[in-house]
Amino acid sequence: MTSALSITRSVGAPRAAFVDFPLGHTTGKKNEPEMQKRLIKNALGAFQELQEPGGIKFLDERWSDDSAWRENPMRGRESKADGPGDDFRTPRLDTPQYQLPSDKAEAEAQHSQGGCGSCVGAE
Amino acid sequence: MSKSQTGEPVDYIAETRATYDALGFPPYQWVESEGTPPWSPAEIPLEDAKVALLASGGIYRRGQRAFHYKDDASYRVIETSVPNEDLRISHFAYDVSDAREDPGVVFPAASLRSLIDEGSLGSMAAEAFTFMGGIYSARKVREELAPALVERVVDQRPDIALLVPV
Repeated sequence: MTSALSITRSVGAPRAAFVDFPLGHTTGKKNEPEMQKRLIKNALGAFQELQEPGGIKFLDERWSDDSAWRENPMRGRESKADGPGDDFRTPRLDTPQYQLPSDKAEAEAQHSQGGCGSCVGAE
Repeated sequence: MSKSQTGEPVDYIAETRATYDALGFPPYQWVESEGTPPWSPAEIPLEDAKVALLASGGIYRRGQRAFHYKDDASYRVIETSVPNEDLRISHFAYDVSDAREDPGVVFPAASLRSLIDEGSLGSMAAEAFTFMGGIYSARKVREELAPALVERVVDQRPDIALLVPV
């Protein structure tokens, strides 16, 4: 599945389902489980429907009635609000960036006896 | 002026190029594959198919290490029975607020489970594989991460594989 059509075409995926949503919502809108399920089901349909390498199925879900989101599709990045000239990039930090402080404590407890086997390449 | 109601898909390659230009950076080198993409027909009906799940949205499970923001080419193994409440997100290149509230927007294990429950999908591999797509070294992905993931996925003997990038 993809929400970045040009990138998927450039990479050359064997087959793809295109979801025309803002980045960060490849499999649906938050807290809409029925919509998420419908989206995935339609995307999986591409396995049967596409018969040529590089085929892309366009899913017909709409993010909203207007296209305002397209003005700032990489929401959260403030580059457009700040204007060119400001470096929008998040600093490249080489330590784990936990969502919650408690995640860090749990992970360190689980890894205190050595590798966990499920964090491959992150020990 | 707003664009039309439907609008054209956002061209992220052009957007990134323009942003890098404005910042005075050298052009970002997107992967451009040549030739026809690899292809295997999916010969099994979805109702009978076993699906493997891979996702690049920086998803980890409670108890696992989070991803870091400097060419992190590691991956996590997450059991596909995982409840959404145990999933977490670390990624620097997209707005993660909705994904943190509902990981189902980037990691569809719950949706796949309910498709299996209703009979429209056969089954799901026991383990999903996640990584953080903000990896600047295409070589690292091509030569290290991707082959490792392919091996893990093939080990689970799925019929089809669903990749969910962000």
